Amino acid sequence: MLEFLGDFWKFLKARRKWWLVPVVLALLLFGALFLLSGGSAVSPFIYTLF
Amino acid sequence: MSRYILGISAFYHDSAAALLKDGKVVFAAQEERFNRVKNFPGFPARAVRAALDWAEKREGKGPGLAGVEAVAFYDKPLLKFERLIETYYAYAPRGFAQFLSAAPVWVGEKMLLKRTLRKELAKIDPSAAGIKLLFPEHHLSHAASAFYPSPFGEAAVLTVDGVGEWATASICAGRGKDLTILKELRFPHSLGLLYSAFTAYTGFKVNSGEYKLMGLAPYGDPASSRTAAFIRKIKDVLADLKDDGSVRLDQDYFDYTTGLKMTKDDRWEALFGLPPRRPGSALKQEYCDMALAAQEFTGEALCRIAAHAVALTGSRDLCLAGGVALNCVANGRILKAGICDRIWIQPAAGDAGGALGAALAAWHIYSGEPRVPEVPDGMGGALLGPDYTGEEAETFARSAGAVYEKLGYGELCARTAKLLASGAVVGWFQGRMEWGPRALGNRSILADARDPEMRKKLNLKIKHREGFRPFAPSVREEDAGEFFEDGFASPYMLLIDHVSRPRRIPGPAHGAAPDLEEKLSRPNSDIPAVTHLDHSSRVQTVSGRTNPRYHALLTAFKELTGCGLLVNTSFNVREEPIVCSPADAYACFMRTDLDHLVMGDLLFDKARQPRRTAAEDGGGDYADD
Repeated sequence: MLEFLGDFWKFLKARRKWWLVPVVLALLLFGALFLLSGGSAVSPFIYTLF
Repeated sequence: MSRYILGISAFYHDSAAALLKDGKVVFAAQEERFNRVKNFPGFPARAVRAALDWAEKREGKGPGLAGVEAVAFYDKPLLKFERLIETYYAYAPRGFAQFLSAAPVWVGEKMLLKRTLRKELAKIDPSAAGIKLLFPEHHLSHAASAFYPSPFGEAAVLTVDGVGEWATASICAGRGKDLTILKELRFPHSLGLLYSAFTAYTGFKVNSGEYKLMGLAPYGDPASSRTAAFIRKIKDVLADLKDDGSVRLDQDYFDYTTGLKMTKDDRWEALFGLPPRRPGSALKQEYCDMALAAQEFTGEALCRIAAHAVALTGSRDLCLAGGVALNCVANGRILKAGICDRIWIQPAAGDAGGALGAALAAWHIYSGEPRVPEVPDGMGGALLGPDYTGEEAETFARSAGAVYEKLGYGELCARTAKLLASGAVVGWFQGRMEWGPRALGNRSILADARDPEMRKKLNLKIKHREGFRPFAPSVREEDAGEFFEDGFASPYMLLIDHVSRPRRIPGPAHGAAPDLEEKLSRPNSDIPAVTHLDHSSRVQTVSGRTNPRYHALLTAFKELTGCGLLVNTSFNVREEPIVCSPADAYACFMRTDLDHLVMGDLLFDKARQPRRTAAEDGGGDYADD
């Protein structure tokens, strides 16, 4: 993960796309939820919603 | 001590591995050939192992993964990720559902790709966990795969495909070891995606059915007002074609940016007056005309880009790669139009070839190593996959209880030529497996092209595929002019030529025959099995230097019949990858109507083989492809 964050930092500096930071953080969180739930991407939210 | 670089393409479609030794390609193969899953998109673990095994077999002691200097992956995952996010952002809230379903995949496959690659490589060799990883851009990988193995010291390099990171086409200048990107066409405007959209609309699978659309095009009527109207609508509405060959696609008609489909079917139906064709349904003339229109447009666009590339670089030698460079009709059109003097096309022009290009880019661009062009090229006839010794083939045959004769090579060629001349269909398995989608005479099914019934027999009884699809010929390089108009060298079956006029048999005008089968059943030349409706032919010229065994067989056939040309189709059946090992070849031989199999120096006669169950032969159901 540290390697990814380092690469991502270099990428952001080169491309100057700072707005990608919150998107990537959200996606990482989303991905982690997905991995923890072991199922579909939306399953962690189903019980919260219904 | 030798230096090795491993190239990998994966996680989209057609994953593959390629190994360089001191900058020269020594092994390259697609993963599908080993795991038997067509167009396999995952990590090419078996292909990597096969590459390392190959080096070990040849060198006595191979590098192992720990001895590989760097692993080069064929695109930049973060740049691709940026494109995905920006595209969804630009079209939001459209495509939100697809965004939700795709996001976790991106996290795993794009954002954390380095980690994934290290994990997969460590499964092969735990000591390779810290190996250097390099990520050349997708189109640079394609360009490298086209230029570096070419025989040209300097060239215009053109890459065209669906999409890489942002680029969908690029023009590069190649000189010595340097490759400079001069111009790019960027997503969502893409010639490859436009062709794929027509592929999907005419009922074929995207990323694998494009060559069927190309094969269908000659059934279209070039003189009909419908075809002309289709071309006009593509140009006026769908795609604004510029003088330099770039296109601007009207995104109101496409769904690939955020949806799960290529086209907005209701809009296409309103535009063309034709609903999308259901896969597997009858191929009506309207769809043939649509295929012809798509092909005409693509050919014109490619000619314009090629001309622009030649003008930009000042070089009249042209290199091509990218999935669209597998469109041999358009390639032939570029050459015949005299846009360039010479053309060289990477035999694995699609994404699989990116593995080789990435490795070559790492060697010449990252490491700055010099380049010496080779003649005829640096691909070794594209015979870069695994091979099997005669002993291995015989051990397998004995273990399978197969009945065979072992013959000296001269006698084997003479016997095989005789069998082919008598109408037999022969599986031909020799030496190293081909790199790229075409069988080039080492994993091929061969037959006599002069037989008017052969196309039907091969399509329906052996390959189990659509009857409309044409077959390609292999001809001795020195005999090409005897059969074809231009007779140019086409070693990788990536150029169309036309059967020479004296060999043609005039047929009825377009529209006179009611259906495709009927159109096909009328011989239109004295080599009807390999002559398409428009007298075009996807030629492979065979050189005695690069494939002496196959050349010797063609020579034996010529001595017997006066014709140094054979039908050459890939050794597989519908929806199955081309055979790789003796076991694959024997299984395919046994579950099809192939009459004979030649494996190395062994000749197998179907009539003498023991009966096998369908399960032993790998089943017998053939899904739509």
